[in-house]
Amino acid sequence: MSNSLDTASEMAPMADPGIPGPATALPAPRRGGGFAQFTQYLGVAPFLIFALLFLIIPTLNLAVSAFYDVDGHFTFNNIIELRRQNILDAYWISIRVSAASAGLGALIGLVIALAVIRGNLPGWLRSAVMTFSGVASNFAGVPLAFAFVASLGRLGMVTVVLKLFGFDLYKTGFNLLSFWGLTVTYLYFQIPLMILIIAPAVDGLRKEWSEAAQTLGASPFQFWRYVGLPVLWPNLLGTISLLFANAFGAIATAYALTGSSLNIVPILLYTQISGDVLHNPGLGAALALGMILITGIANVIYLVVRTRAERWLK
Amino acid sequence: MTDAFLKIEAITKSFKDNQVVKGVDLAFNKGEFVSLLGPSGCGKTTILRIIAGFERPTSGAIVVDGKDITDLPPNQRKIGMVFQAYALFPNMNVADNIGFGLKIAGAPRQERDARTEEMLKLIGLPGYGKRFPFELSGGQQQRVALARAIAPRPSMLLLDEPLSALDAKIRVSLREEIRAIQRELGITTVFVTHDQEEALSISDRIVVMNAGKVEQFGTPFEIYNKPQTRFAATFVGTLNTLDAKVVDAATKTVSIDGQTAAIPALPARAKTGDTVALTMRPEAVSLANGTTKDITLDGTVTEVAFLGAVIRLKVKLGENIVALDTFNDQRSPPPKYGEAVKVTLSGSDVLVLEA
Amino acid sequence: MKQNRTWAWIVFIVGAAYFIIPLVATVVFSLRMRRDYLSFDAYTSVLFDKQFHATFGYSLLISLFTVVVGLIVTVPAAYLVRLRLPQLRPFVEFVTLLPLIIPPIILVYGYIKMYNTSSVLPLTGTAIGTDILLILSYVALGLPYMYRAVDTGMRTIDVQTLTEAATIMGARQFTIITQIILPNIMIAVLSGAFLTFAIVIGEFTMASLLGRPSFGVYLQRIGISKSYEPAALAVISFAITWGAMGMIQLLSRFAPRTAVRNN
Repeated sequence: MSNSLDTASEMAPMADPGIPGPATALPAPRRGGGFAQFTQYLGVAPFLIFALLFLIIPTLNLAVSAFYDVDGHFTFNNIIELRRQNILDAYWISIRVSAASAGLGALIGLVIALAVIRGNLPGWLRSAVMTFSGVASNFAGVPLAFAFVASLGRLGMVTVVLKLFGFDLYKTGFNLLSFWGLTVTYLYFQIPLMILIIAPAVDGLRKEWSEAAQTLGASPFQFWRYVGLPVLWPNLLGTISLLFANAFGAIATAYALTGSSLNIVPILLYTQISGDVLHNPGLGAALALGMILITGIANVIYLVVRTRAERWLK
Repeated sequence: MTDAFLKIEAITKSFKDNQVVKGVDLAFNKGEFVSLLGPSGCGKTTILRIIAGFERPTSGAIVVDGKDITDLPPNQRKIGMVFQAYALFPNMNVADNIGFGLKIAGAPRQERDARTEEMLKLIGLPGYGKRFPFELSGGQQQRVALARAIAPRPSMLLLDEPLSALDAKIRVSLREEIRAIQRELGITTVFVTHDQEEALSISDRIVVMNAGKVEQFGTPFEIYNKPQTRFAATFVGTLNTLDAKVVDAATKTVSIDGQTAAIPALPARAKTGDTVALTMRPEAVSLANGTTKDITLDGTVTEVAFLGAVIRLKVKLGENIVALDTFNDQRSPPPKYGEAVKVTLSGSDVLVLEA
Repeated sequence: MKQNRTWAWIVFIVGAAYFIIPLVATVVFSLRMRRDYLSFDAYTSVLFDKQFHATFGYSLLISLFTVVVGLIVTVPAAYLVRLRLPQLRPFVEFVTLLPLIIPPIILVYGYIKMYNTSSVLPLTGTAIGTDILLILSYVALGLPYMYRAVDTGMRTIDVQTLTEAATIMGARQFTIITQIILPNIMIAVLSGAFLTFAIVIGEFTMASLLGRPSFGVYLQRIGISKSYEPAALAVISFAITWGAMGMIQLLSRFAPRTAVRNN
């Protein structure tokens, strides 16, 4: 073990532990280095093994299996099968629900974040909202579904109260167990997620910018139009992508709310995995592949946009 | 005399229970460059922000060119402001930043572009229009910030410690540039700083502030040579202190370590037998190499700082330590640490200040 | 400025209403089990249910194992990447993003396909094997948060300087990690642990597809079959999550800080 000690004290110091800088650290010197390097890599072995065996390979394996049929022959059939009407419908509904909850969630979350951070409200309010957002963004599945049934269901508290005022919610065609119902329910974790992610960016809107704009004659509206929103815009776009991916992959809430009656992709996949309702295992893999592609693209957009935004605001 | 352009009338400002500005009255002339100088927390930035409109005074008024603007919102005051942290809009390039004020005012594109070009030339960055703030150095960003502030032809320019975030060398060259531009444009300017050298070198007049009050308001020469309070004397430049005993109040004679001397500045109320603190600038004290003035004292050298053209010595005289500046002389090296020397000074250079 | 504040208050109140009303509705509903007057019947029914105890206990145990495995996976890696192997950082950060990119249902589907009875590692063949798989899938779910918590904890205490100081005084690598690093990041570790617990307790998809009797599965079952108990469960579940998050907030006040530099 003294070898690793020697090499440890001879290592060139890192530039700054907080900033990733692969170019700034020198590799361990060769002398006695082999064993030391081995022990270093041993330390990250659990991580690497885990990453490979339980993240990367299973997903790749699943993606690849979409191209094989039951007999093990390479085929595009599974992908082609995705053009079945009920599957296309499922994708379309998923995309719509995800887009709606992402768009609305982003807008409302932004407005709330702005109010709490820049609205001159008491300081404790901000940390209360942040903590609550941390909790609410995890609030999904049965508890959430039930909370909304209890509020907006046919006998829900809000529905009943509105009836007292003469407004029949369900006469307008609204139904909790539908597209809009699901979207409104999804907002419960989308909005907090937006608040959590956009808060640092809103913090980054320096007070001096708005003051400088004021000395140059700008009204608050002009400030937001020319400086505030443009600066936030990349972050907004990126976060919308993230929210989209988040909603697209969500299942527990929808399942709890609608059983399997509302046909979104995750539910379709779920029923396929548990019961092979599509009578074709390869098709399940194809469904999964479609999902991975969609959420993957959305996340890549998020990452790319975020890095570019950080460049501006350094 | 022309009526003052900017009048700060009986301004006080309190934040909750803390009174940050305790009654300030000032009048600045048109085209003047005035510095607000003082340590952190003295209220100088607060006053600047009150002039700009970002803080409302607890009482008092701001009058610009005869108009009371105390209640006017900041975006209607036509004042240019430069911030310590530059505050350039990151999503716009240099040209758009500079042209922003004119855009808000509704100026047509041609006029904006022409004015922007003019500004870029003025700050010495022609052709930088398309660059973005993150591509510029600190000094460049601050110059762009200056251009942005003056492009819309404001009636006044406010600068909030604009050089504090910059390197020492750039600080010196940039402050001279700022002063040159200001002189050329003739715009009334208020400059906040805690660096007394900065204030002394570029201001027409200086307001020395401490703990929310004005200690002294005058030209750099006045403040340095005729400080009216102890604080003004010690904050601006270095000040030596010597304890002395009044021997004869009538003739204003004091005794320092056994030697007597006449101190013209001794106040009338000093009585024989009192102990007074005599203060003088380092350049008033010199080594007694042949020529002596009225007071000569023996001492030991405790510190020698060779600053190049100037040599700053610290000499121990009895219980006191006195700093004295002398010019570098190629022919004779400075005294060494521990050397016994004689220092000499003139009684008329001595100030006697209250604490 | 005054105008600004009014808008902010309006926004806040409307937002708060949206978030609080469903909670209130749930609580009210949960108290309605008995006709005509409010009672805690739904709660007693739930809390005395043997299934409640069994599944809650199961999930609790699973989350404990998840935390332990999670630590083994993240702590040495975070330490080594920070100190010796910074070139691995981009890869490691990418890996910690994967669980956020890959929806949980896809992940568990991948596990089922890869570790079924006809593969090299037939984990789904036995109950224990499936439990292990479930634990590993939760480790994956919590990986981004756990890694970030540990990594931030290490950055705040400036692991590099601590390690150098200890090394100069003669300490060996293992001693450094166990006696110096670990105690100082304990707060961060606990934060990660509570977050993991919060995630595991409510999780449904993975446990359901792997056929394990977790609390999340129990919640779904009650949700389908009963009327008032699910509301009580929702309230309990929300309180648990809030409790876990509250603990994290509390802990962050006690986090040690030795690094002077700004991150």
